[in-house]
Amino acid sequence: MKTGFRKIILLATGLLLLSFPALSQDDKEIPANVIQNQKCFKCHGDKFYSFFNESQGKQVKERMNPYFVFDSATFYVSNHKSFVCTDCHSSDYENFPHNGNLRMEAKFQCMDCHGGDETYAKFNFEGIDNEFHQSVHSSRHDESFTCWMCHNPHSYKISARNTENLSQTIAYDNAICLNCHADIDNYQMLTEKENPNVLVTHDWLPNQKAHFANVRCIECHTQNNDSILVAHLILPKEQAVKKCVQCHQSNSILMASLYKYQVLEKRNKAGFLNASLMNDSYVIGANRNIYLNIISLVMFGFVILGITVHSIIRILKK
Amino acid sequence: MSERLYLYPIWIRLWHWTNAILCLVLIISGVSLQYSNPEYPIIRFDIAVTMHNIAGILLTLSYFVFVIGNAFTPNGKYYKTQIKGLFESLKKQAVYYTVGIFTHAEKPYPVTKDRKFNPLQKVSYLVAMYFFLPLIFITGWGLLFPETNLTNVFGISGLHLTALLHGIIGFFISVFMFVHIYFCTIGTTTWSNFKSMIDGWH
Repeated sequence: MKTGFRKIILLATGLLLLSFPALSQDDKEIPANVIQNQKCFKCHGDKFYSFFNESQGKQVKERMNPYFVFDSATFYVSNHKSFVCTDCHSSDYENFPHNGNLRMEAKFQCMDCHGGDETYAKFNFEGIDNEFHQSVHSSRHDESFTCWMCHNPHSYKISARNTENLSQTIAYDNAICLNCHADIDNYQMLTEKENPNVLVTHDWLPNQKAHFANVRCIECHTQNNDSILVAHLILPKEQAVKKCVQCHQSNSILMASLYKYQVLEKRNKAGFLNASLMNDSYVIGANRNIYLNIISLVMFGFVILGITVHSIIRILKK
Repeated sequence: MSERLYLYPIWIRLWHWTNAILCLVLIISGVSLQYSNPEYPIIRFDIAVTMHNIAGILLTLSYFVFVIGNAFTPNGKYYKTQIKGLFESLKKQAVYYTVGIFTHAEKPYPVTKDRKFNPLQKVSYLVAMYFFLPLIFITGWGLLFPETNLTNVFGISGLHLTALLHGIIGFFISVFMFVHIYFCTIGTTTWSNFKSMIDGWH
């Protein structure tokens, strides 16, 4: 008994120690560009910035325009974490005060870097770009509606492919939509229309809270495409999924959208239809255990058979 | 002609038929939800959800009527079971149902003023009413308020496990319903037991 207990303690300690190098390695990892970028984040990473005003001959503290404040911690875990600010912005920004004309400079777009590059072939950026241009986001707005509207280059982090926690992916992806659709300021940057309240427009959804927490907006508002992991063809609201059974059935569309990555990775569990749903949620009608179905059918069959035989003999022996 | 017995007071009859209708609604809507298919819908999904939720809530309320009724009226005594000799009496009743009934043998446990149920009935009602029903209520209310479920149980969604248990118990209750309805035809006449549950007289 004592030896067994010691073994457990030793095993637990060993596992704990093994986990430390991995943790500390991540913690200590300092991106190569951090020193170069520090010059920018010194001002653009905070609500205030200070500089020596030569005309006045004194140190001045000013408020930073909140739209030009970028959280360095978020940036260094984002997709573009290895970038130097001047990879995308003019190197003239290194001079302060910045030249006013720099604001007129055209900004890079996603496809400028990601288009036609074999490195990113698995993401099919061309397909995404094509879908985006067919979507209402592109067709109902002018060219100012770019990828950046949804994918903030300073913070965007790919989530569908690299997280085990689907709830986080859902919350992250939905926050992208709600950034405009639940924020009047951002919404009216793009349109003069009144921003509809998503809670009201979705009040027909039973268990609205559970739906919002367990599926992404795009599950119902996009057209799925097998060649793209995350669909970008945002449909007009009239074409959004509204029939419950499109998700709540064995051939659930969620398997081609929210759970597509898990399905592709074949993380299925024996016996469970749509097993990818198991770890994170439960979708009535979509989660089915094949063995349980068979057992229940066989048992029901025997019950019916038993009743039939019993009643026939009763009639015959009457 | 045996003595007529008033075994089913009005509250039991009302509860029983309410219970029966609600259980049937729950079974049909439950099957429709579990095996939802856009091409062959038994009941349209959103309608089935509403039906299932309303019937489930009403069944919970009706269950309290049953429990309170049995606690405060003489009806509760019919469910009292003695473990001693139970297996023998179950066996005797099972033999009657499988053999004796066809040879017109005497009923081993005929209905009397003090014995409404034979041992098999008693045990199956006890299991259904005091084991399966509470379990299906707990899991059902858990599904009605999904946020109350454990997020993750050994790597599987707690909600999924709750739903799985709900479905399995629902299946057993469905089997019970089938067998119960059939066995109700084993009375003096095919319809006499059904009639008893309408007028109260056995």
